[in-house]
Amino acid sequence: MALLEATNVTKQFGGLTAVNDFTFTVEKGAIDSIIGPNGAGKTTFFNCITGFYQFEEGAIVFDGHSVNGRSTDQITRMGISRTYQNIRLFSQMTTIENILVGMEPQLHTSWIGALFRLPPTVKEETKALNEARRLLDFVGLTGKGDDLSRNLSYGDQRRLEIARALAAKPKLLLLDEPTAGMNPRESAETTEFIRRLRDELGITILLIEHDMRVVMGISENITVLDYGAKIAEGGPSDIQSNPRVIEAYLGRGAAASATIEIES
Amino acid sequence: MSSQLDLRNAARVGLLAGVVTLGISAVGMLESFDTRDLIVGLLTLGQLVLFSAPFFAGYRVTLGEGKSDVGPAAVGGVVAGALTAVPPIALILLTLAAPNIRNSLVNVSPELISLLSLGASEVVGSLLLLVVMAVLGVAGAMFHILPDAIRKPLVSGLGWMLGFAILSEVSLNILRPVLGRGLMRALFGTKGITPLLAAIIFVAAIGLTIWWSKNGKQRYESRKAAMSEAQIKQSRRVSIGVGIVSLLILPIILGTYLTEVVDNVGLFILMGMGLNIVVGFAGLLDLGYVAFFAIGAYVMGILTSQGALGIGHMSFWLALPIAVGTAVLAGVTLGIPVLRMRGDYLAIVTLGFGEIIRVLATSDLLKPYIGGAQGILQIGKPTIFGFEMVKPIHFYYLILAGVGLAVFVASRLRDARLGRQWMALREDEDVAEAMGIHLVSTKLLAFGIGAAFSGLAGAIFSARLSSIFPHSFNLLISINVLSLIIVGGIGSLPGVVVGALVLVGLPELLREFAEYRMLLYGALLIAMMIARPEGLWPSPVTKREFHAAEEEEAMGGAQ
Repeated sequence: MALLEATNVTKQFGGLTAVNDFTFTVEKGAIDSIIGPNGAGKTTFFNCITGFYQFEEGAIVFDGHSVNGRSTDQITRMGISRTYQNIRLFSQMTTIENILVGMEPQLHTSWIGALFRLPPTVKEETKALNEARRLLDFVGLTGKGDDLSRNLSYGDQRRLEIARALAAKPKLLLLDEPTAGMNPRESAETTEFIRRLRDELGITILLIEHDMRVVMGISENITVLDYGAKIAEGGPSDIQSNPRVIEAYLGRGAAASATIEIES
Repeated sequence: MSSQLDLRNAARVGLLAGVVTLGISAVGMLESFDTRDLIVGLLTLGQLVLFSAPFFAGYRVTLGEGKSDVGPAAVGGVVAGALTAVPPIALILLTLAAPNIRNSLVNVSPELISLLSLGASEVVGSLLLLVVMAVLGVAGAMFHILPDAIRKPLVSGLGWMLGFAILSEVSLNILRPVLGRGLMRALFGTKGITPLLAAIIFVAAIGLTIWWSKNGKQRYESRKAAMSEAQIKQSRRVSIGVGIVSLLILPIILGTYLTEVVDNVGLFILMGMGLNIVVGFAGLLDLGYVAFFAIGAYVMGILTSQGALGIGHMSFWLALPIAVGTAVLAGVTLGIPVLRMRGDYLAIVTLGFGEIIRVLATSDLLKPYIGGAQGILQIGKPTIFGFEMVKPIHFYYLILAGVGLAVFVASRLRDARLGRQWMALREDEDVAEAMGIHLVSTKLLAFGIGAAFSGLAGAIFSARLSSIFPHSFNLLISINVLSLIIVGGIGSLPGVVVGALVLVGLPELLREFAEYRMLLYGALLIAMMIARPEGLWPSPVTKREFHAAEEEEAMGGAQ
């Protein structure tokens, strides 16, 4: 069953068509990737799914409900969480406070309750704090909960961003270049970690990634975007040998010779 | 090579200090400070400021290089100190060359020149000033390279002595009933303290500091370390109790005049607590905050006034919730159109809103209802069980209750879900929304709750003064409240109190400063931003991962 279904999505900025008639599905429980050269419209498509952008044409349906015209907070409450290409943590808040903010969709008590420390509020806050500590352990940040998030190392900031996204208990997690700026060892760890998210928590994952080792290693289905349009779709081996993909990445002339290199 | 560079730095620092001295002389500040005695017969505030310049210039020369040797430090100090004297000397000689200089520089009076030339004639005085300032420059440089064991007691001795002298009026007011007439005369002059008292304070502060660093600190810390969990809790409870009791008896000690000053500070703390929620917690820069203060004051005025404009002739207590409610309503009403605005745009719109309210208050349109420039008179005083609150001390308790409520609300909300939502909003509005935070309600709550405290302050303000006029609600109030938050430490609750004491309390006590208040405000803000941008008392990072239980306990105890 398809968890996310995008049909003929088009997003324009003035005269520029960033996403062009894009049709796309993600199956429940999958780990899928969107790849493409810089400026191909990958992040723009993420922004369309999560409500940061309103798109002109087409429809995106998540879990049976349309996301068209909904605001970002509503979409998050429907069960889509994301991370950002350039890390966007709440830098002056502590690690654990970042996770607690991520937990918003699960929290329901009002400020009146907080003012008088009513039992339901206290109970909910205690539960949230315990859950946040558990998530801290899960992503391997135990002991760093009270550090300001801007003081964390780069890799830890990436982990925290994922933990914050997980705190919303999403059905679909969108990861925008989760291994950007990491060395090969860190990338491998992150790849393994992403697989755990799916296997242990049952979260469907869609990622944008430039590191082909990561993409080919974990993706079940890969979609290639170029100039906003889909140019290829399939499993890792199909994509690797697809001449249009090679052309998009390397240019027409280099395509023929490069095919041999990649295959070897 | 390096010593040459040092000299250039010394020259730069010295000339800078000299130009500042020249500036404050030319605007008349130095002369006006000279009328204030610090230590009777020995030192005036003007002299202190004048002599601080070369001292700090010399101090600054050796700063940042660790502890340098005596030789280079002395040379640097001489250069910096002597150059500090150059601009003022130029001014002295200018008065010789052009006797009618006063036509263009009105503040360059004979008194100022006599102060600058240390009482001697112009030429002799200039030389004297040069020598004295060079010596002070060396003193400043030497002071920096003194070992800590000598420097720290000296700093505390001088600091306490000068601090006490500057605030002598406060201690005079407090001690007058306690001390006898003869003792008073031995210790205090009409302005400032006598050399005897200065010496006592100086010696006592030095003695205490030495004792503390030798024995006291260790003893205190070892005793603290030996305390059990329950003892720590108990000592915390005791200190909170002592704090509350001293707040309750404070106005009795302070006397009428100082209580009035404290009342004023209290109203600003109340407003600061509210604006701190809007600006400090939620990061919404509001420059029209005075509008809610005005609304609270006018609603209270109209509803309780016994004069021609009064409608309802309500009691203070009935009018209070209506005044606060109206302010909240105005806060939310302002909030709705600016929901999508950020940063500078928000600041400009709120600035405009504040001005609209002020203009409306002075307008002819509303004159039949709120009195225009003539304001509202005969505003009712609060009564409790038939007892009418009229004196500053009565309002002190009213304001204290208001501040207590504001601290309670602000601290509870800060540590709750709403506080986290506000902080997330402040850090990154887009991401905060993408986390599932409802922007509209979160922002409107910040505006509404912030406006409530401002409205409360306005209502008390209008009952306290019995009459209100539109000119009391100008932009300067908004700027003052914002400045006190920034100076105290943005987002910090104790910072609001400290900021209000420094920016509202001190100028009230030092009336010589009044004329130069804005100049000193500006200088202080610039100095703060360079030296301590986080504020005088920044808010600590809340520990949640490990110390959650203890934190809850502390919060529970604080109420």
